[in-house]
Amino acid sequence: MQALDDLVVLDLSQHVAAPYATKLMADYGADVIKVERPGVGDVARSFGPFLGGEPDPEKSGLFFFLNTNKRSVALDLKSPDGRAAVAALARKADAIVESFKPGTMERLGMGWDVLHLLNPHLSLISVSNFGQTGPYRDYRLTEVSLYGFAGEMYSMGLTHREPTKMAGTAALFESGAAIAPALLGSILGNALNGEGQHVDISLAETHAGGVDRRHATAIGYQFSGRKTLRVAGGASGMPQGIYPCADGYVDFTNAALRPDRIADMLGHADWLNDPIYQDPQARFNAEVLEAWNANFFVWCLERTKREIWAEARRAKVMCGPMFTTQDLYEDDHFRGRGFWHTADHPAMGAVEFPGRPFIMQEGGWQLRRPAPTLGQHTAEVLAETSLPATLVARLVAAAGGAK
Amino acid sequence: MSQKKPLEGVRVLDLCVVWAGPFATMLMGDLGAEIIKIENPYVFQPMTRGAIARPPEFLLKASAAWAGGYPHNVPGDRPWNYNPTFVSLYRNKKSFTTDIRTPEGRDVLRRLVEVSDVVYENNATGTMEKLGVTYDWLKSVNPKIIFLRVPAYGSTGPYYNARALGVHLEAVMGHSLLRGYEDEDASANTAIFSGDYMAGAQGAFAVMTALWHRKRTGNGQLIEIGQAENASAMFTQAIMDYCLNRNVQGTIGNRDVHGRAPCGVYPAQSPGTAETSDDHWIAIHVENDEQWKAFREAMGSPAWAADPRFDTNAGRNEHYQEIDRGIASWSKELDDYAMMHDLQARGIAAAPVLEASRMYDDPHLRSRGFFREQRIENGETYEFAGPVWNFGGTPVTFDQGPVALGEHNEYVYREVLKVTDAEYEKYRELGWITMDYDKSVP
Repeated sequence: MQALDDLVVLDLSQHVAAPYATKLMADYGADVIKVERPGVGDVARSFGPFLGGEPDPEKSGLFFFLNTNKRSVALDLKSPDGRAAVAALARKADAIVESFKPGTMERLGMGWDVLHLLNPHLSLISVSNFGQTGPYRDYRLTEVSLYGFAGEMYSMGLTHREPTKMAGTAALFESGAAIAPALLGSILGNALNGEGQHVDISLAETHAGGVDRRHATAIGYQFSGRKTLRVAGGASGMPQGIYPCADGYVDFTNAALRPDRIADMLGHADWLNDPIYQDPQARFNAEVLEAWNANFFVWCLERTKREIWAEARRAKVMCGPMFTTQDLYEDDHFRGRGFWHTADHPAMGAVEFPGRPFIMQEGGWQLRRPAPTLGQHTAEVLAETSLPATLVARLVAAAGGAK
Repeated sequence: MSQKKPLEGVRVLDLCVVWAGPFATMLMGDLGAEIIKIENPYVFQPMTRGAIARPPEFLLKASAAWAGGYPHNVPGDRPWNYNPTFVSLYRNKKSFTTDIRTPEGRDVLRRLVEVSDVVYENNATGTMEKLGVTYDWLKSVNPKIIFLRVPAYGSTGPYYNARALGVHLEAVMGHSLLRGYEDEDASANTAIFSGDYMAGAQGAFAVMTALWHRKRTGNGQLIEIGQAENASAMFTQAIMDYCLNRNVQGTIGNRDVHGRAPCGVYPAQSPGTAETSDDHWIAIHVENDEQWKAFREAMGSPAWAADPRFDTNAGRNEHYQEIDRGIASWSKELDDYAMMHDLQARGIAAAPVLEASRMYDDPHLRSRGFFREQRIENGETYEFAGPVWNFGGTPVTFDQGPVALGEHNEYVYREVLKVTDAEYEKYRELGWITMDYDKSVP
């Protein structure tokens, strides 16, 4: 058994954030029924990377990763038939997740009040850019504007240049990770109270209240009146920040908290014995720092990132070698731990991908099925409802596949 | 009807450090769990209530505002209750102090484990083992306990013992080389900790998954989040590109990983310079040809933008630098908020890149009641950021402000553990009933 295999989630969401949350539910056992628009499907199907590089809605690596273990039902929510099917599915679901523009569910006749009457045990998780209320509720956001507005992007980069974002759609994935406990939490609450509830999640607020520096910069300002400057992380301590090495870069952020371990990492470095380095304020003295750097840069440049990391690990020094995705893929540690998993996908064949997000002793992660093709489970899922056979037949005929 | 919060009745023992663990327990506290921080007045965990317990003023000034911005720029009598990096995560938690390195302290922990549901820790590998706090021991005390651990690289394999903050493990998972400027080397990157966000949020989810499992089976269990592995999801596009195509991606700056152009961060009219964090920038993303037409009009249809090479997304992608220069020449004289409202009215995703203090002036966040006043130990109140979700039936409330060290000793010892007066006196003599780190702690 899997921990969540008695739960049913009706997933009307698309793109990255909300589907990542429902993926987590599905990966740990929930029956996640993904409703997609006939012929088009989740917008993530139109985003790469694609197997072979050519756009194909059944060959998106992004969609593949985000939708493991889900079943896909192609339904047109604008048609009465489609809405009847959603209502039938909602009757047996524990939660619905949607990421439409605010107001859409109401327009489709599936607002919270209607759903709550239909199935009092159902929770509705509404995910939108700025939330269901407020002056910006209809505003658009994509990765860069989301992270720029609400995350701590302002202070990332060089002082005299533009702020820089995180890679890819990292901010949207963070939001997705934050949606997951709200989704499962609403179901736990239902078990306690006997009724579901509507949860309004603003992607902006998942970042404005999030842990990665934004909340701290806001509180730091409230406390002190100081603003956080945009400062790059290059070498600035003993050691502190990013250093070039023989084959790339290593990051020693906050490593200097333990000078004894730095000394151990460096081995018998005579220059370390100079008493000028013992003063806790030494790193604020430009001349002292320059002399330290002259030695430390050489130590780094004479070694590869893996050699440096091995010395750092031995001495328990915090250090991060900057890996490429190839370094990561070829690394024995992650492979040996079972980080990579292979799925057999109907359109893509055998695909390797990062498997379990965390390891449970019991009831944990399993790959029951790869990401679905568009509408792959329409007939199967609708047959499990109480809908009349003629209606099911019409819906299946209307579903079609990806165009 | 009065509704219970989703995790009401769940007691979580919080042995967390730094960010990833405390974020998880904060989320669980917001959902109604009772979070009890177990702290030691004789041991200061670096990067947990500050870099060190009693930072000198020069250290505060030398640190970024998010780490060194203490109230009124002084450490205060109990600096460990005022570090913005950490107290931002300490709402809805209780704190009590003991020394679990000693047999008596371990006995206190044992008694607490007996009446708890979850133990959550994210210490450096080996710390818990040294204290004897293993899953086997916890299980022998309480067979239904759920123990969640967050080793940076997992508890097995060659890197099991590696020390890491979010920034280090993200480097290993590829993030450092996948972000930053296209025309600068990696040393132009600022240290960030997005891996702590991922592991924290998923840690809360993992605990709830195990609680559901326990409700169904009666079984507790051990959960391991290999934090680096967990963070990898954020870089799905790059990782899957290697898996599918053996293509190694590098940084593309602020451009869109899905190739919709233009996408970037552009200068806006600024009241000051970057030296005082008074420079303004706007993030703009044009997602399709229709939006490009609308965007041209918003810019006043400049001649450069009419270039037919820019009519298609492929063309805009190819000539993005030229387009970015054109946009910057338009945006730099304009107010960032005015641009946002105008572009949004035309259906274009645009928003100011807000320096944190400007969030407090944002009418939208204000209209949603996002900020919440909380009292800190010195009696002052400040506006903190709100919860990351809005539950309609069981709203998130901030019943407890950022918890001070040892604030709930009376509650935990007397009400939860029900110790006798004699025991309480003994603990006081051991120096455990305190709201201060011992004088021996720097």
